[in-house]
Amino acid sequence: MVLIEVRHLTKRYGPKVVLRGLDLRVEEGEFVALLGPNGAGKTTLLRILASLSKPTLGEVWIAGYRLRDQAAWVRQRLGVVSHQPLLYGDLSAEENLRFYARLYGLRNAETRIREVLTLVGLWARRRDLVRTFSRGMQQRLAIGRAILHDPEVLLLDEPHTGLDQEACDMLDHLLRQVATRGRTVVMTSHDLARAADLASRFDVLSGGCIQASARREDLAGDALLTFYRQALGPQNAASVSKEVFP
Amino acid sequence: MKATGAVSFWQATLAVLWKDLAAEWRSRELLSAMLVFALLVIFIFNFALELQTQLRASLSAGVLWVTLTFAGTLGLNRSLAVEKDRGCLDGLLLAPVDRAAIYAGKALANWVFMLIVAAIMLPLFGLFYNASLILPGVVLVVLLGSEGYVAVGTLLASMAVQARTRDILLPILLFPVVIPVVVAAVKATGGYLQTLPLEEIRPWLNLLGVYDVIFTSVAFMVFDSILEE
Ligand SMILES: Nc1ncnc2c1ncn2[C@@H]1O[C@H](COP(=O)(O)OP(=O)(O)OP(=O)(O)O)[C@@H](O)[C@H]1O
Ligand SMILES: [Mg+2]
Repeated sequence: MVLIEVRHLTKRYGPKVVLRGLDLRVEEGEFVALLGPNGAGKTTLLRILASLSKPTLGEVWIAGYRLRDQAAWVRQRLGVVSHQPLLYGDLSAEENLRFYARLYGLRNAETRIREVLTLVGLWARRRDLVRTFSRGMQQRLAIGRAILHDPEVLLLDEPHTGLDQEACDMLDHLLRQVATRGRTVVMTSHDLARAADLASRFDVLSGGCIQASARREDLAGDALLTFYRQALGPQNAASVSKEVFP
Repeated sequence: MKATGAVSFWQATLAVLWKDLAAEWRSRELLSAMLVFALLVIFIFNFALELQTQLRASLSAGVLWVTLTFAGTLGLNRSLAVEKDRGCLDGLLLAPVDRAAIYAGKALANWVFMLIVAAIMLPLFGLFYNASLILPGVVLVVLLGSEGYVAVGTLLASMAVQARTRDILLPILLFPVVIPVVVAAVKATGGYLQTLPLEEIRPWLNLLGVYDVIFTSVAFMVFDSILEE
């Protein structure tokens, strides 16, 4: 089943065209790594999928619902990790999750909150105000917030930013679990090695549309780097190695 | 699926209201800013208008509403800035709830803050201005006036918060729109303080009521669209 379908998506900010006629289909259970240089429009695309930003032109369907007029149904099925943690500094970790649990109409909220906090390694700090958390701890909690309602689709915008090695491994483990349970993931990343490890499909966004798409089976060894370079074309490829090995 | 998909309007509203009150209980940033500001205004007017007791009493309606109006913008700005700066507004907009409920929750929280400020100010006015403001009529006017103010204010603050110049933008957008509320509230409050007959006060109360109904409805209808990027 096609879970995410994007047709002829165009997004303009004033005169600036960020996405031009982008088409994208994601099957249920796929884990798509969305790659592309800085400013390519990856965040913009995810924000549109998340119904946080309106397309200038084009249509988006998620889980069979049209985003334009059935956004509330779509939102129920989405978990989002964005550049910002989406957390309240003056509430504790537990209270933040409790608040979102109420907005998502979660049953057994307390059990689920405990589960999630344990999963992201913050159970011991559950009573502390989020304001006092480090960047990585906030990112952990942001991930917990995104998976709280066990969404069918996860949209992750560079979810590894700010995480230490242990937390990265925790996130990878969590994402693999999510993937094996048939959830659909779209993740942007600048870390090709990590993306290669996790994703089942690689899409390269550049020049406002998906330039190339490859399945994991078709890429062996470090073929992903070659594929990515080819997709970007010669003028952009020079920056790639710097991006992968900062 | 654990999620039921059916969070009622009121559940969502109460969740947002509870969240705002809990966060404010922790930080007390918003209330303390509003209160300090309100006290300073009362002080300044008290010394700037060195008037006879008689005159003071008749001026206090105006001073009360000027103070509430200005203190209110501080609270409104803060209330939306908290959402915007940490991206929490996105978190709210991602929730599968009617966006009008988010507006309702924010507006209710702001109303509560306004009423707390008013509840502290009214007795203080008695002290400084020699006028007892704790009359049932005045309380009614404060309830009606602050409702209209907060209904429009929460909407416009959500708009202003998107802009870089939000602190300046909010008063510029808000004050022209709330002039009817402020005028009617000052007239009605003054009427009660001078113990005018109800027939003379009623038109102002009606104006407040009509304003509240119209602007609350408009805000409910347009809130979703002003947040779209
Ligand atoms: N609100 C906005 N107003 C105007 N332009 C915007 C806005 N948001 C994004 N853009 C522009 O859209 C383009 C794509 O931005 P976007 O954040 O989607 O890139 P990205 O692929 O996520 O980049 P990065 O890898 O750095 O995260 C950029 O050129 C950016 O300047
Ligand atoms: Mg980005």
